[in-house]
Amino acid sequence: MLSPGSGNTVIKSKLISRRMFLLTAAKAVVMVGLIGRLISLQINQATKYKSLSDKNRFREWKLAPERGAIKDFFDTKIASSEPLYQLHLVPENAKDLDNLFVRLKAILNITDRKVSYLKRVIKKQKPWEPVIVSENLNWSDFSRINLFLHELEGVEPIVSVARTYPDNSSAHILGYVSQISTKDLQTKEYLQDLAVPGMAIGKTGLERKLDEQIIGKVGYQRYEVNAFGKRIREIKIDVGKAGKSFKTTLDYEVQKYTNELLKDKAAAVCVMDVYNGDIVSLVSSPTFEPNEFVHGLDKAYWNSLIKNDKKPLANKALSGLYPPGSTIKTLVALSALENKIIRPLDTFRCKGKIELYGEKFHCWEKDGHGIVNLRKGIQRSCDVYFYEVARKLGVDRLSETAKRFGLGKKVLTDFIEERSGIVPNTKWKKKFIGQNWYLGETLHSGIGQGYFQSTPLQLCLMTAQIANGGFKIKPRIIVDGKNDNLRNYLKHKNENPNEPLPTDLLVANFDLKPLFKNQEHINLIKDAMFSSSNEPGGTSYRHRLENPKFTFAGKTGSSQIKRFTEAQREAEVKQESLPYKDRDHALFVAFAPYKNPQYAISVLVEHGGSGGKAAAPIAKKVIKKVLERHELRRKINNLIGESV
Amino acid sequence: MLQPRSIQSSLGIRDKILSLDFTLIISILLLGIISMFAMYSTDGGEFKYHTNSHILRFFVFFGMFFVISFISIRFWHETSYLIYIGIFVLLLGVKYFGLTSSGSKRWLDLYFMNLQPSELMKISLILFLAKYYHRISIDGINSLKHLIIPVTVLIAPIILVATQPDLGTSILIAAGGVIVAWLAGVRAKFFIISGFAMLALLPIAISFLKPYQKSRILTFLNPERDPLGAGYQIIQSKIAIGSGGLFGKGFLNGSQSYLDYLPEKHTDFIFTLFSEEFGFFGSLFILLLYAIIVSRIVKIGNLTRSNFGKLYCYSFATAFFIYVVVNMMMVLGLLPIVGSPLPIMSYGGSSMMAIMFGLGIVMSCKIYKDVPVN
Repeated sequence: MLSPGSGNTVIKSKLISRRMFLLTAAKAVVMVGLIGRLISLQINQATKYKSLSDKNRFREWKLAPERGAIKDFFDTKIASSEPLYQLHLVPENAKDLDNLFVRLKAILNITDRKVSYLKRVIKKQKPWEPVIVSENLNWSDFSRINLFLHELEGVEPIVSVARTYPDNSSAHILGYVSQISTKDLQTKEYLQDLAVPGMAIGKTGLERKLDEQIIGKVGYQRYEVNAFGKRIREIKIDVGKAGKSFKTTLDYEVQKYTNELLKDKAAAVCVMDVYNGDIVSLVSSPTFEPNEFVHGLDKAYWNSLIKNDKKPLANKALSGLYPPGSTIKTLVALSALENKIIRPLDTFRCKGKIELYGEKFHCWEKDGHGIVNLRKGIQRSCDVYFYEVARKLGVDRLSETAKRFGLGKKVLTDFIEERSGIVPNTKWKKKFIGQNWYLGETLHSGIGQGYFQSTPLQLCLMTAQIANGGFKIKPRIIVDGKNDNLRNYLKHKNENPNEPLPTDLLVANFDLKPLFKNQEHINLIKDAMFSSSNEPGGTSYRHRLENPKFTFAGKTGSSQIKRFTEAQREAEVKQESLPYKDRDHALFVAFAPYKNPQYAISVLVEHGGSGGKAAAPIAKKVIKKVLERHELRRKINNLIGESV
Repeated sequence: MLQPRSIQSSLGIRDKILSLDFTLIISILLLGIISMFAMYSTDGGEFKYHTNSHILRFFVFFGMFFVISFISIRFWHETSYLIYIGIFVLLLGVKYFGLTSSGSKRWLDLYFMNLQPSELMKISLILFLAKYYHRISIDGINSLKHLIIPVTVLIAPIILVATQPDLGTSILIAAGGVIVAWLAGVRAKFFIISGFAMLALLPIAISFLKPYQKSRILTFLNPERDPLGAGYQIIQSKIAIGSGGLFGKGFLNGSQSYLDYLPEKHTDFIFTLFSEEFGFFGSLFILLLYAIIVSRIVKIGNLTRSNFGKLYCYSFATAFFIYVVVNMMMVLGLLPIVGSPLPIMSYGGSSMMAIMFGLGIVMSCKIYKDVPVN
């Protein structure tokens, strides 16, 4: 039993060992394979996996940079980033959410609706993600929260920064900031690396125009996060860089003053330095509250803005299009003089109306102005005189002059809300309306009605370029420290009265762009505007300023909304008795002081009736205010190296 | 021939202790201690539940290992069938009274621990077949008659475990059984034929797979298929190991693990964690320890005079090697994630118990190397 068994056993044992040897060899091969894999992962591809591991590990949160300030000409901040007190809640740190909300309601003014909204948000989010209980706490609420903080576990008072405007006086020109929208991200390239959730960007006005530079450089916080996205610890912080601040040409004091004057009216005012194009004031009324836009707009407030007939959101100074009315007569007269159509003393008889081509053309003065020359035509704003001039001049020559003086194209750059208006001529009509020009339309154009469309800013520029002696200026709103050729020219001219150089030489020396053929024509227009404001019979005589320091020369205008019917004309219906919506827009342009022009102004009052009654009184007050501050402004101009 | 037997049968305790394989014991202890550090790291550098219970289990089962070692190999030979039957009954028990966790029924609640009989089945099947093949003569091995029992004892537990469902463990059980048969001398032809038969049955088998099992296999073939879903584990494990580099991120600094990117870090992915923190050299050291353990077991097989002992040691060594390799290949992205623990290192009482039990019998083979089993 034993010996065969043991022989069997020995053979079996050898077989087992042989087969084991094969297995051992296989193991060695597998072992080598495993080590090879380790080498491949941990040595050859280590760099790749290290970066993948870091990608897992680190997550960055962008920090919104501080928006640069916008200052007025006297360095008053008219838009700034101010501390903002917010209340955040981290649900995972709160022991009892319901109880916490009860406590919060007792301390702050939180509505039940807000509480249920917050609870919904909390449910959707991860428990460590904070919810914003209150976006903008006032100081007393904030300090009260801090007082009770020990019993409000989970609540975190946060000091943040947000755009703040001192008031709403410059809302339109500054524009407003608001949360980034999906559309912004798609259309604005500079936001690509910049977008931070919750960051506000400029939507209109200067805020939009300057957005790219004023927004600053985004900072970030790098955190180590776990697989569920929870922040474990902060690794690095880069606070970014605050945006660039900008100094504007605006005068905050004038802005406030003008805004107050225009209260409750649908109106706009532009004031411009006639030599360097600095926009001193640009106000549109009614205004809106820009601070409301910063933290998500209240629906009721938004609706009130949208439904308001006076369109508070529109910047009427830049985007409101109005027929220039009689204010265009300055350019009609100038164009006629330059084209040698009339001489200053050529006269026409105004009988209150003329009949041409089977159509009646009325003068605003029913009984007529009698014998009218150029000066009287502008002084009294005689329509019949300008019908005649326009008829002789023709619309094409008029449009050429109007365009030269800045009508029909945008005055500023990068304001999306600005509109270019229309300067009609025969070609334009053919192209855009598809009809031939009628002579009657030339007459309407001659008094600034019909197809003519202009913005108050354009009218202000037009007036400024007349006031400065007929030189082209480039209006600006950001102080750029560029040389001021026109003032240098003027200075030179005033300092050397005894050695007058020919104008064309001066022009060449100072790199000016004259808009006239003969400067005498410009002076004639200025003189006629003076008479309109300062001589009895002038359309704005009643609102003159007699102090020579403030004396202005202006031109009234009204842009027709609805043509008067013959019956209304006969009944001598007054503008005031018409329904508000049917009243003419009142316009007034002027420059001051007359002797030594510094500023041009344009005033528009929607449905104000006549320019003389509704717009001139506002211009008078604003001019006085601006001129009172002229010395202050001049000092700053000297400081920043601009000669006066 | 008679002389040593009589000496062996009267071994004193001192002789027994001296005849222990200390290299093997030290390697196991070293691996156990390393696993404690790894577990401590998975607990985020604190002595928490996993670490504490892992340490406790290691020492309890390490003690058990010695107890088993000192029991004569003759006893283990005699009780082999009984042990198998006992474990098989437990497996049946799982089917009816088992605890269900994440969709599969694998555990028996023993009040003081949850036992996973399928882990124990890995060892007891080897024990059973080693005895079976020890007893039949070499000429009879390839007779059809002698295939019936091995195939039955192999298939029955595999079906039970696979339907728990636990694909990984059932494959590992099968691997152990097949190795014993192969070592015993069953013809290669037989393995090839059954291999082909398996291949033919594969489509049918696939239809029995649970959706998550299918997805795991598909994911293995292309981990980027679903990087946040089924592919997540493989990808994160490779990132962890790869980012460890040559020297690792340092003890307790495995970011993949402590930031919870690494799944199942206590159990199947413990090697990943270790490899992330100790790098290529650390991993190599672990591989070396396993290689020492396996080669020591083989060596004990060489020393053992009985074919039962040889069959058992060789088979267990190979099975042990397969457990290690399957787990490592899994976490290295070379095999689908089938769920198999790394011997000694992974958290899990049943696995630890089974491995220590298996090693204990190996050590018993060493101590009683000259004792004939029948």
